[in-house]
Amino acid sequence: MNTWTEKEPILSIKDVHKSFGELEVLKGVTFDVMKGEVICIIGPSGSGKSTLIRCVNALNDIQSGSIKVEGVEVNDPKLDKLALRRKVGMVFQQYNLFPHKTAIQNIMMAPIQVLNQDPKEVEERAHSLIKKVRLEGKENSFPGELSGGQQQRIAIARSLAMEPNIMLFDEITAALDPETVKEVLVTIKDLAQDGMTCCLVTHEMGFAKEIADHIYFTDRGIIVEHGPPKTFFTEAKDPRTKEFLSQIL
Amino acid sequence: MTGFEQFFVELADTHPKWNFVYFYQEVERSRIITGIYYTIGLSILTIFFSVIVGLVGAWMQGSKNKFTRMIVQGFIQFFRNTPPFVQLLFFYFALGQFTPTHSPDGWLEVPIISNFGWAVISLSLFAGSYNVEIFRSGIEAVPVSTREAAESLGYNRFQSFTKIILPLCFRICLPSLNNNLINLVKTTTQAFGIAVPELLYQCISVYNDYSTSMNAVMLLMFIVFFLIVGLIAWSSHALEKNLKIPGYGV
Ligand SMILES: Nc1ncnc2c1ncn2[C@@H]1O[C@H](COP(=O)(O)OP(=O)(O)OP(=O)(O)O)[C@@H](O)[C@H]1O
Ligand SMILES: [Mg+2]
Repeated sequence: MNTWTEKEPILSIKDVHKSFGELEVLKGVTFDVMKGEVICIIGPSGSGKSTLIRCVNALNDIQSGSIKVEGVEVNDPKLDKLALRRKVGMVFQQYNLFPHKTAIQNIMMAPIQVLNQDPKEVEERAHSLIKKVRLEGKENSFPGELSGGQQQRIAIARSLAMEPNIMLFDEITAALDPETVKEVLVTIKDLAQDGMTCCLVTHEMGFAKEIADHIYFTDRGIIVEHGPPKTFFTEAKDPRTKEFLSQIL
Repeated sequence: MTGFEQFFVELADTHPKWNFVYFYQEVERSRIITGIYYTIGLSILTIFFSVIVGLVGAWMQGSKNKFTRMIVQGFIQFFRNTPPFVQLLFFYFALGQFTPTHSPDGWLEVPIISNFGWAVISLSLFAGSYNVEIFRSGIEAVPVSTREAAESLGYNRFQSFTKIILPLCFRICLPSLNNNLINLVKTTTQAFGIAVPELLYQCISVYNDYSTSMNAVMLLMFIVFFLIVGLIAWSSHALEKNLKIPGYGV
């Protein structure tokens, strides 16, 4: 029985260990995310940020520890993956749109094919999502005909069409040029304002500072330091955090 | 006798090497028509089933179960590394002995799988083994990240295979699939070896009746196969054009 209530963390990660063969990538990561919170995960390349959020979505399995989404254990061989993925949306660095489907089809596919929802209803929702990501008029373009930033916003809309409760974003602006980064970030900000729970892996420090409720700094598979943005950037104690921030700011 | 028939009777008289006997002799004509009918039937059925075999094999090859993958690998090795003609003989003469029989007219016991049936099975498996590899290479060309995107949207393995991977894979491997299917159509002539009354079989029967018809039946064989293969190549090309995605590489 799931007795989860909104007063408990919507995402609870406890002492997660993850290895790829010999290589231990996550060495005991623990943190909680409350409903409606926006957290940012930052850290040097290879520190395990992507791996961590992929584990939340069960794209990677973990060796030990616990990941609970709305009280449901993800690290469970009997996990209902579809149920998990209805709750958790994910957006990737490379957009990963389905190239053979138009923008609006990309958004409509999963709700229709996976959730068996009524195509009419889904289409209405898709139109309002396209409006939300400010891409009216691009409904019938194929991914190959869209810019990177436009593709990424369609990818966000595609995830939202599943009406998830948590959104995971893995460096979704890393492949974009500075101008387009902005349009994608605006979309995320809208989402955060609507109360969506967001976990972002990002290198956009300014953005993290502005939007995050909490920032986590990871290095070599552990969370070295964390805190609200107000104090995180100014009062970092650990030398690794300081060094990283000095390089990036 | 029509003028058309008259013309070929006279041609055979004046040029005995060009006896188009199937144009004016009812028996020979019906032989050729049956042959074309069987060749087309054999082609359509083996194309259809070999594609099915290819799809199922490629699906099984993506299985987590090592044993399943080994079975597919063994199947591919067997059918690719041995001549199709030997396979046909093996299926018909070796396996055919063990198939149950039935008696449609209450007198004669006939095996439930006819020689035509064996040709379809054997050739479908033969071409299917190549199709498995063709589809597999197409599937591998679909980026893992696309598959993960599907997975993260809640698609299970079967849904993502049919709705996302196959449509992309198909576009990638259409040219090599086309090649293999064209080869398959030409290989159907080997069903002659187990007396399937397809075009080659019938042409040889005509030639046996009229040795002067050799050039005429050969010419006919070339033309019929040229047309069938041309039709396949043309439809494949049209399909390729039709499936082209704006702004997408393959
Ligand atoms: N599928 C895999 N197999 C083996 N090793 C992997 C795999 N995926 C990631 N790794 C390794 O795990 C480590 C962490 O990778 P991860 O992608 O999580 O880093 P990251 O923090 O997201 O880095 P970046 O900022 O460059 O994206 C790296 O050393 C990487 O080589
Ligand atoms: Mg990463």
